[in-house]
Parts: sequence; structure tokens; C-alpha cells
Amino acid sequence: MSRLAAIDMKNIVKEYGDGFLAVNDVSIDVQDGEFMILVGPSGCGKSTLLRMIVGLEDITGGEMMIGDKLVNDLAPRDRNLAMVFQNYALYPHLTVYENIAFPLRLAHVPDAEIDRKVRDASKTLELDEHLDRKPGNLSGGQRQRVAMGRAIVREADAFLFDEPLSNLDAKLRGQMRTEITRLQKRLGITTVYVTHDQTEAMTLGDRVAVLKRGVLQQLATPRELYENPCNLFVAGFIGSPPMNFLPATVEGNTVKLPFGAVDVPPERAEKAAGKGLLMAGIRPENFEDASVRTDKGGGSTFRAEVDVVEWLGNETYAYIPYEAPPEVEAQLRQLERDLDGETMHTQLVVSLDGSSRIKAGEDAEIWVDGRKVQLFDPASGDNLTVDLDNAGRIPVHGTQQAAQSGAAG
Amino acid sequence: MGETRAKIGTWLGFLLILVWCLLPVVWIISLSFKGPTETAAGSPQFLPKEPTLQNYSDIIDNPDFKDSLINSFGIAAISTFLSVILATLAAYAIARLDFKGKRLVLSIALAIAMFPVVALVGPLFDLWRTLGLFNTWPGLIIPYMSFTLPLAIWTLSAFFREIPWEMEQAAQVDGATSWQAFRKVIVPLAAPGVFTAAILTFFFAWNEFVLALSLTSTTQARTVPAQLSFFVGPDPFNPPYGQLATASVVVTVPIIVIVLLFQRKIVAGLTSGAVKG
Ligand SMILES: Nc1ncnc2c1ncn2[C@@H]1O[C@H](COP(=O)(O)OP(=O)(O)OP(=O)(O)O)[C@@H](O)[C@H]1O
Ligand SMILES: [Mg+2]
Repeated sequence: MSRLAAIDMKNIVKEYGDGFLAVNDVSIDVQDGEFMILVGPSGCGKSTLLRMIVGLEDITGGEMMIGDKLVNDLAPRDRNLAMVFQNYALYPHLTVYENIAFPLRLAHVPDAEIDRKVRDASKTLELDEHLDRKPGNLSGGQRQRVAMGRAIVREADAFLFDEPLSNLDAKLRGQMRTEITRLQKRLGITTVYVTHDQTEAMTLGDRVAVLKRGVLQQLATPRELYENPCNLFVAGFIGSPPMNFLPATVEGNTVKLPFGAVDVPPERAEKAAGKGLLMAGIRPENFEDASVRTDKGGGSTFRAEVDVVEWLGNETYAYIPYEAPPEVEAQLRQLERDLDGETMHTQLVVSLDGSSRIKAGEDAEIWVDGRKVQLFDPASGDNLTVDLDNAGRIPVHGTQQAAQSGAAG
Repeated sequence: MGETRAKIGTWLGFLLILVWCLLPVVWIISLSFKGPTETAAGSPQFLPKEPTLQNYSDIIDNPDFKDSLINSFGIAAISTFLSVILATLAAYAIARLDFKGKRLVLSIALAIAMFPVVALVGPLFDLWRTLGLFNTWPGLIIPYMSFTLPLAIWTLSAFFREIPWEMEQAAQVDGATSWQAFRKVIVPLAAPGVFTAAILTFFFAWNEFVLALSLTSTTQARTVPAQLSFFVGPDPFNPPYGQLATASVVVTVPIIVIVLLFQRKIVAGLTSGAVKG
């Protein structure tokens, strides 16, 4: 049973009836068997895009290809896709068995075969003892599994998930995450998975598409996104705790930060030379307690007063406040809005080794890895130091180009 | 302290309302077991002195009553059935589709529901006579439907609006046509609403008096409430109170049975568990 079930979105646009542009010129190619994640803050158009794939929302512009078939005008039932809704959308008047069997009954599959398939699915999902119960009496995790069951009995061309884990508590979410990965790998079925949770995005996906206000920002593997974010938004969205953003100016091969100067590799410094005030992005784990770090090569040390220390056993978070110039402050506030309320404090979060003895209020010596420093243009938000060969696909947008040329001129 | 007082107050109020509502009913039931001499007495006592089933056997033997009972059942059942089917389809369209004139349809429906029945009697009488609908079942079914449809549409569209859109979308993704999604998912989920609408319609048709009296002339189509007014008995100055009360009891029983039967259905929160709990 090998059928080509790649999903190819070409310049997809969605304008709602009230004129709201929810998805703008998004192109994503989901390969056959690939696990693709759509991620972004609330309201960025993830669900809209997914619903256009499945056919529940009309496509305003662009082409939606499934396999080699143009499906723009096909009804949902003619697309042969299975979807798990955010709130599961189980049929409350049917038993778990009948819920799972529902798509098969519609397809007039013989009873014996239905029974075999439903029992297969229920075994995989450990639902055997609940088959005769109604969804209303099940726990959240069980309902979630019933919804999955309804999707997998179908032998659909692809799975679509709309935030399937958002209603579960943290522990169950972790379990189901592994469960979904395992299932997807076993069935080898093309999957598009919507989430606003960056952990799910990082752990589940072969590739991740990051959306912001209906516009695709970057389409890359989780590692590429983490190491080579194309702009401030992606950098701030991926990673927890988020990347630190600091005002910076480049002089020769050093980057001047509020705490002191950091040496960076020449090829990085070169890309950012002569651009005036920049924003440096440094992930928390690229810092270390200088007294713990033995190999200090490739980085620099600085002294700063630590405000708060959180010791977690294996690591320590230290918080160091700093002053930011108004341009940087404004960009941080903007980023905060884009990231959907995640607060961007003008404080440095550094992750130190668990053996670090730094205490709150202490003047500590911190080492920072200069090789990992990213430099962003504060006006456009673009990453100037991005390694384009390892950053997946970064679509070029009219607005960003304009911003770039504006900043240059 | 204050709590117990509030509790006592609640119970007192409860009791008062109960007595207020049930006294007439109990009075009628008691009447139905009294013989003619007792009902004709100047100041009858509350409970029958010599309880008798005579009234019941009389009324069952009365062919007019039997005919009108059949008419009542048939007319009420048919109007309910048709009204609910039409209302379900209309309410679904109103709840789900965005079409021009939706508000107009709803307001007209409401206006019809408020229209005084009495004002229609004259014109309908003339119209039905010309059309040959006078003194026939359809002659009553048609007006009953038009008076109950608005209420049924309003109730049902409220129910349909409550059902998450996603139920239907899930069905469509699972491979259902719009009609299959409606029939296999939406209608079963709206069952409490359908029952509510059905019962309201049935009650209206069952209890209606003015039209039943004016648009019929014989027991060919006359329903029980109208027929009761023709129970005169041999002495015009001495109406057969016992028999009237018995007839009332007989027509009330089915209503009570229906309510008790469907009460569960109406109350049952059938949609619980559809979405995250
Ligand atoms: N029917 C609609 N009419 C008009 N605008 C809509 C409609 N549905 C969604 N939108 C708008 O489109 C944008 C994208 O909505 P969408 O549901 O795709 O967001 P999302 O990324 O899934 O967010 P969330 O994470 O909160 O589910 C939102 O700004 C929303 O207000
Ligand atoms: Mg959504």
C-alpha cells in the first residue's frame, strides 16, 4: 500500500468574509510520510491552514495539491484525510466502538472487517476495555485516544492534528507525545500537526513551519530553527527559556554588550559590520559560570551582579537585569506582542551548571560562548548572522525586503 | 440559624405553590368519582361519599366521546409529526446557513406565534368551507401546524446552535455527505430539542379549543376539548359535572404519561462529552 500522499501548498491565501487575511501566501511542501509541524502564537492562522488542507475552509488563493491531485474544490469527504480536532469532536451519542467505526460505516465496509479494524485500533490505543462506553464518561486522555482511533482505522492518505494535546495535563501530554511519534513512525503516514507549544514542535516534527500573523517565517528542521533562526520572532519563539536579546554594537571582531565585550568569529562580525546598533541573541545555555568552565576558548568572560538564582539540581538559572536603549526596548515590546504575551524582560537569563555556587546578589564572573552569538537587525528583525545553508527555507516577503532596504538606506 | 429559616421559607413557598396548582386537579379527580346526586347537592364535600366508577363506564360507552378522542389523538399526532419534521429542517438551516432574509424568517415566525387565534376564526371558517376543509382533520391540522411551527423552529434552532459545529465537520471529514452528517450526528444530538418541540406542539394541538369548536360541526373531526362543551345531559339546568370531570381526567392522563416518558429525554444532557469536559 504505497500511495503518494505528499501535501503541497503553493502560495495559499485565506481571506475571511470580514476581509481578514488569516493566511498570506504560504507555501509548504509536506513530503510523503513526513511529520510536519505548523507552529506559531495564537491567531497566526495555523488552524485555518489545516482546515484548508482538510477542506473545511475555502481556499481564497493558491493551489492545494494532495498527491498529484489539485484538491482546492474537493469536499472534505473526497480528500481522504483523517483529522483529530482540538476538542476531539467525538460523537457523544455513540459508543467508543461506534465512534471509531463511524468512518468505516459511512464507507459501507462489511461488518466483519469493521470489527477487525476497530479492535486492531483499540488494541494499539489500549481502549479495549472502554469500547462499550460513551465518550462522555471517559477521561481526557481516553477521549484523545478515541479521536486518534477514529483517525487511524481509516487508512487515510494523511493525518491532520489540530492541537490534540492542548486539553491534557502536562504529564499526559508528555505520554501522548511519545505515543503519537511512535504511531506515526509505525504507520509511516504523512502528518500535519498544529501546535502553539514549542516543545511539541521541537520533539515531534521532521520539519517545522513557523507562522506569524498568517505569514510563513521559516520552514526547517527543529535543529536548524534552533541554531539558525531567520529572525527575532523565530529566535524568540523556539527555545525555552527563550533566547536573550541584548543591545549590541560591533567593532572589529568584538560585540559590545551591556556587560562587556565578547569576541565573535570574524565571519559573523563581518556580516554585521557597520550596521550601528544591533540586537544580540544569546541562548541561556551559551553562558556558563566562569569558575566551572574549564575550556574558555572561543568565548569571553564578564562580571555582572546576579539578581535571582534558581537552582534546579542539574542546572541553575541566574537572572541578570540590564538597561536597554529605547530602540531595543521598543523592539522587545513588539516581540512580546508577536509572541503572544510572552514577556521579554530586559534581563539576561543564563543557564549555569548545577555545580555552580553563584548566589543571588553576588558579583559573578560569567563566561559566554562567542561562537553562538546571533546578531539581529533591530529595525527589520532579520538575523544578520544566519547560516543560510543550514536554515531550511526562509521565504522572502515583500514587507521584509522593504524593511531591509529601508534600514540600509 | 438564618439558613434553617431560609429552608423553612423555601418549603412553605413550595407547599403553597403545590396546593395552588394541584387543588383544582384533585378536585376534578374527586368529582369524577361522585355520582349525579352528589354533584347536584348544594354544598358538596371534597371527597366522594360513595365513590363510584359509573362515570368512567358511561364515558367509555359514549360513542361521541370515543370518536372525539380518536380525532384528538390523530390530529395532535399528525400535526406534531409534520410540524417537527418541518421545524427541524428549517431550524437547521437557520442555525447553520448564512442566507439573506434569515432574520426576516425568524421575525415572521415570531409574529405568527403572537397572532391571536380568535381573529382567524371567521376568515378560516369561510375559507375552509369554500375549500372543503371544514369539519375535516386537515382543516384542523393545517392551522395547528402554522401556530406551532414558529415555537418549534425557535426551540430547535436554539438547540442546533448549541451543537458544536465541529461535530458536523468531523463527520464530513470522516466521509459523510452533508445529509448523512445531519441525519447521523446532528439529529441524534438535537434529540432533546426535537422532543421538547414535539411535546409543545402536541400539547397545543391536544388542548386547543377555539378552532376545534368553530371549524368542526360533527364528531367526524371534533376533538375532545370541543366535544366536552356538547356534554349537556338530559337536564339543561343541571350539567353532568361528574361526567365532565371524568372526561377531563381521561384527556389529561395521556399528557401526564407523555411528559413522564419524555422528561428524561428532555433533561438528559446528551451533548455532554462531545467536546473536552
Ligand atoms: N470565521 C472567521 N472569520 C473571520 N476571521 C476569522 C475566522 N476564523 C478565524 N479568523 C481569524 O483568523 C486568524 C487565524 O485564526 P486561526 O483559528 O487559524 O488561528 P490559530 O493559529 O489556530 O490560533 P489558536 O492557536 O488560537 O487556535 C485569527 O486572527 C482569527 O481571528
Ligand atoms: Mg487553532
